[in-house]
Formats: sequence, structure tokens, C-alpha cells
Amino acid sequence: MGRIKDKFRRTSAGTSAANQHQPSRRQVLKGTLALAGATAGSGVIGAPTIWAQEIKDIELRHVGVSYSVVKAIGDQAAKDLGFKVTMQNLDTSAAINRFITQPNTVDIADLEGWQAKLAAKRGVIQGISVKKVKEFDNFLPIFTKGELDGQKIPRQGISPYEAMYIEKADSTDLHEGVTEWATFLPQVYNADSIGYRPDLVDHPVTEWKDLLDPKYKGKAAILDVPAIGIMDAALCFESAGLIKYGNKGNMTKEEIDFTINKLIELKKSGHFRATWTTFDQSVQLMAAGEVIIQSMWSPAVAAVRVKQIPCVYAPVNKKGDKEGYRGWCNGLGLMKHLTGKKLDAAYEYINWYYTGWQGAFVSRYGYYSPVPSTAKKEMTPTEWAFWYEGKPAPEEIKDPYGVSMEKAGTVRDGGSFLDRVKNISCWNTLMDEAAFMNKRWNDFKVA
Amino acid sequence: MRSIAKAKRGHAGWLLILPLVLILVPFFIVPIIGVVAASFVQSDGFGGIIPSFTFDNYKSVFTSQLTLQLYWATLKFAVFAWFFSLLIGFWIAYFLVFHVRNQLLALGLFLLCTVPFWTSNIIRMISWIPFLGRNGIFNQTFMGLDIVSQPMDFLLFSDFAVVVAYVHLFTLFMVVPIFNSMARIDRSLLEAAYDAGAGRWRILTEIVLPLSKTGIALGSIFVITLVMGDFFVVKVMSGGQSASVVSALSNEISAIQYPPAAANAMILVAIVTLMVSGILRLVDIRRELTG
Repeated sequence: MGRIKDKFRRTSAGTSAANQHQPSRRQVLKGTLALAGATAGSGVIGAPTIWAQEIKDIELRHVGVSYSVVKAIGDQAAKDLGFKVTMQNLDTSAAINRFITQPNTVDIADLEGWQAKLAAKRGVIQGISVKKVKEFDNFLPIFTKGELDGQKIPRQGISPYEAMYIEKADSTDLHEGVTEWATFLPQVYNADSIGYRPDLVDHPVTEWKDLLDPKYKGKAAILDVPAIGIMDAALCFESAGLIKYGNKGNMTKEEIDFTINKLIELKKSGHFRATWTTFDQSVQLMAAGEVIIQSMWSPAVAAVRVKQIPCVYAPVNKKGDKEGYRGWCNGLGLMKHLTGKKLDAAYEYINWYYTGWQGAFVSRYGYYSPVPSTAKKEMTPTEWAFWYEGKPAPEEIKDPYGVSMEKAGTVRDGGSFLDRVKNISCWNTLMDEAAFMNKRWNDFKVA
Repeated sequence: MRSIAKAKRGHAGWLLILPLVLILVPFFIVPIIGVVAASFVQSDGFGGIIPSFTFDNYKSVFTSQLTLQLYWATLKFAVFAWFFSLLIGFWIAYFLVFHVRNQLLALGLFLLCTVPFWTSNIIRMISWIPFLGRNGIFNQTFMGLDIVSQPMDFLLFSDFAVVVAYVHLFTLFMVVPIFNSMARIDRSLLEAAYDAGAGRWRILTEIVLPLSKTGIALGSIFVITLVMGDFFVVKVMSGGQSASVVSALSNEISAIQYPPAAANAMILVAIVTLMVSGILRLVDIRRELTG
């Protein structure tokens, strides 16, 4: 891991943008050597000479969901940066509740797009100055401009781009179009679809409606996180041609009613074996043979396969207005209470995130980095070919902890990065009618 | 002299309840006042509140069909869990107190009952899943013995599974107070009844049962309040296929709808309080605790 230190160019949060572009300023981050970087050209930090000593006493608490806030990443960051990083895991809803009700117990909030919108609205986060983010220009335009390869990304639900900008550092409302202030910076994202057992499902699944097929009655499952579970259901019903939604990510009351009633009908007919809320549950359902088709996350499918049980992640490429993946994106947010040295450290941490180590790490379990150009440098050509290019793995693929995952020659389900990301048709969301939707979801649960 | 003694006793009384007050006020009274207050304001839909005073949160709870369904579902679980844990708990306690002659052995067996409780609730609950599953031990055994030809799906991810888990988790809360009540029963009463010609059943129904009433009531309070306040067992064991009052409430909190969740919580508190006071009316528990 030592190589990252050499490669990594330290940029003190307090230094000016111009200073950050001086390639000559290479230094090891740890220890007293960091001193010089903060001193030079820094007009912002009041007493730069004490930076190096005091940095050791700083602790950043990075809080969020387990698949996004990973201890191994925090440990590496702490090692490279010289201050303490504590990773704390909560589930999605506990996390947003914590950010809103106890903002001072969190330093770095790990936010989904819709959570960033909410956190900004509640005034618990501060704008991130994108000028201080060294790799910002290398971020994929999906996030920074809302497009990819010149093609606009869909805006059903709350896309990361939509949730990304605010007008001023302390604005509470999102801003349409690029500004200098970000609510959050994307760090990990993926495209969710269906997982199925190829040995028990008789044909390759490429459409959401297969989840509703009566053939799989009593052997299907769906995600039980209301805000996104309903989108998976919507993708199914739209795929089956039962309804056409205006915006699956922000349904009208009528659309919610239709969707929930249909779900209740399916539940009463015994279609669902279960609904699941956590990664592990979905893996267990599939591995234990309780379920043979369900909405699922990519690494969960991989986790089933590691148990020597065949499982495929369905490529639900867009077909006209139908199908497509449900995209999600988690990013780093700065809590409002951060000031002074702690804020500087937080910017250091943000900049560290995009140097490649973290991007390579998350890529090794099937997620993506928003700055693939740096992640690539930290990945082997084999890993890059398999995870990003969708090519047959030239040799065995291992997960971030070195456990064997896929044999040589395997092609990733869903194909290349571009194939998958371009086929995202909607994003995780919090609907305007969330209260109503939630009540109706409870109807579904108790039916 | 007498007045001084009285005053001293007064002080001692206050001192004795002081620790409880110190715990209850900051950790129960103050938060619950907060919840009451939250239940009367309006939600802005983004985790915030609009300062106002409204009965809307309560109105929507009371006028919703969903409320009835949720309470019906939860009460059903509570009744089943209560019934089976009472049935099992009563006989375990009865056996330990009246059938095991050696007191040391009885105590040893009693401790044995608590062994599963040395692991966490979650582990005890989840260990049912591989047992009851479609390809689980139970189904495989029954299919191996040709008793059934198809795996029985109702065993897991069903209301049945929820009740099984509740009974397993909570029966000890029934055993302990009933054991305690029974242990206090004067054996000479049983002997007198026997000498007077009462059979074993009559002794059970007319002496043991009435004298164990306080224990049964205490156990019932434990089991019923635990079930009424649970959402995790329902969620896991029903495979998300059933709901309870609290699981619906937790969904509201995930969608950061604090005021409706607060109203729901207050109603649940009121209903559980009513249930507990109903039990207390039937049985004078104080006697058990002081006598």
C-alpha cells in the first residue's frame, strides 16, 4: 500500500486552487513532512505550523450504510492521511434520521442523492467547494453535468446530478445546473436489477416482468425498503405493460394506489415468498433455495455465487420506455458543524477518496468509482477488463479481501460499465408523496 | 420522639425512590413529553415540522382502516404468543416446583431453562430459519420419512414462524414469575387437600392455579408488552410478509414522518397501558412483590 503515498499529492484544504496544481509538491502524508504543504501558499489556515502536530488528534466520523462506508477504506485513509478515521454503519433510514436529529455526532455524512437533498433542506450539511476537490474535473459527467457520452441521463427519481448542486455554501434548496458548491460528492454507485437462479429459471431474464411470472409463484421476493421497493415494483408493472408512469421516482397518488393494489393482489395470490431489507437477507433467501428470482444488488449476486450456487444478475437493458436498471449513488457530505482544522482534514479526506485506492476497492466487489481514471491506476489490467470493460476475465478475479470470486474467462453479468450505467432508467428517491406512499406500503405489508 | 421518627421515615422514603426518579425523569418522562408534543404538530414532509397545533396526525390514525388491520395483526400475535408461552411456561414451572423433589435439582433444571438465554435474542430467532426453511431440517426429515411429498412452505416466512419465535423467545418470562409464585405455595395446603379427598386435577385447578395467579399475571404482562412493542421478529420470521403496529411505525420513521409516528406511538402506549392495567385489575400483583 506504500505506493499510494508516493503517488498521492498532498493538497491541504486551506491551500489555494492554484497551489493544488503544482505537481512538484510530492510528499509523504504521514508525520511531520506534511507540514510544508500546509505552510506554503496557505493564507487560509491561521497557524499552519501546528497543522502536523494537531492533525494527529483529529478524528473524522464517517457515518453511513455498510456497503458504502467500509472499515477497510477508513483504515487505509487513516494510514495515508495521519489522522483518525472512524467508520460507523447504520441502515439507510437510521442514517438519515441520525444526520437530521443528531448532526453533531457525524462529521462526514454518507448520503444518497435524495438524502443529500433532504440534508441540505434541513441545513445539517455545508456546501463542498468543488474548487478544493482536486479530481473534480475528472469526475464522470453523469454526476457533474448529468450526461454520459453526450447522452442525458434519465431524471426519474432523484439523480445524483440533480441532488448535487446548491447555489451558495449555505443554501438549503438544490440548484439546477452547475455551481461551485456541492451538497455531496459521489463516491460509490451502481445499477440494481434482478437476481435469479439460472438452474431453476428456465430462460435468461432480461425483463422486470419475469419477476411477476406466475411460474415463480411462491418463489419470488422483492425489496422491502418502501422508497425503492416501490420503484422495483413499478419497473415490473411497467415492463408487463400494466401501467405507464409519468415518473417512477415521483409517483402521483393514483400511480401509488395502482402499484400498491397490484402488489397486494400478488401477495394475496401467494406470489412472494418473502420481502427482504438487508443485503444478507437477500443472499440467504437465494442461497437457501427459498427464492429463485428477486430484486437484488450486484454484490449480493456475487455473494451467492461464492457459495457455489449459480446466480445471475439480470441485464435489464432499456427497451424503449421500459426496463432499465434502478441506479443509486452514495456520496460524501460535510456536516455543517465542521470548521477550522477539522474542516481542513475533511477536505483532505475527500481528496484522498478520489485518488484511486477507494475506487479500486469498491470496484472489486462490483460497484463503480465516479473517477474511474484514478481507480484504473490502482487496479490490475485483469480487474479493469472484467469489472469495467465487460471482457472475459483474463485470469481469476478476487474480491477486495483476496477471496476468489470468478474463474478466468467469466464475463460480468450486464456487460461493461457503459452498458450498465447507460441503461439506468431511474434513481433511488424520496417522493413528494412519501407519507402517502409509506402508508400504502404498510397496507401492502399487513395485507 | 415519634414525630422525629416519622420525619426520618419520610426522608428515607424519598431517598429510596430518588434513584428511580433520577432515571425515569430524564430517560422516560422528558422524552415522552417530547413525543407527545411532536404528535400534535404538522410534518413538512422533509423530516422537519411546521410549528402548529393539529389533531390531524391522530385523526388520520383513527380514521384509517390500516390502523385496525395493524392492531388486529399485532393482537393476534400477542394472543397466540401469550397462550402458548403460558401453556408451556406453566407446565415447566409446575414440573420444577411440584415434581422435582430435590430442591437442588429443581434449581439446576431451572437454570438449565435459562441456558438458551445466554445467547442473543437475534441468534435464537435466526436459528429457526435453517430449521423451518423450504430445504430446512424439518422439511427434509418429514420428506425423508415420506410423511409429506412437498416441502411445507407455511413453516417459514409465515405467521406460524413468527409465533414459534415469540414463544421460544418469551416463554422464560412466563416460567420465572410462575415458578416464583408456585414456590411460595405452602405444601401443607396440598397435603390437606389430598387428605380431604381432592384429586390431582382438583388440587391443580383449585389451589395451585389460583395461588399462581400473580405469577401468571406478571408473566402475561412481560409477554404481551414484549410482543406489542416488537417489529424485528415479525419482520424477520414473516420474511417481511406480515406487519405489526411498530413495524408500520418504523416505516414512518424511515420516511422521516416524525409527527404521524409520534401519534402512532402515543396511541400504542395508551393501548398497552390499558392492557396492563386490565391485567393488574384482575390480579393484585403487589401481593406477590411485597408478600
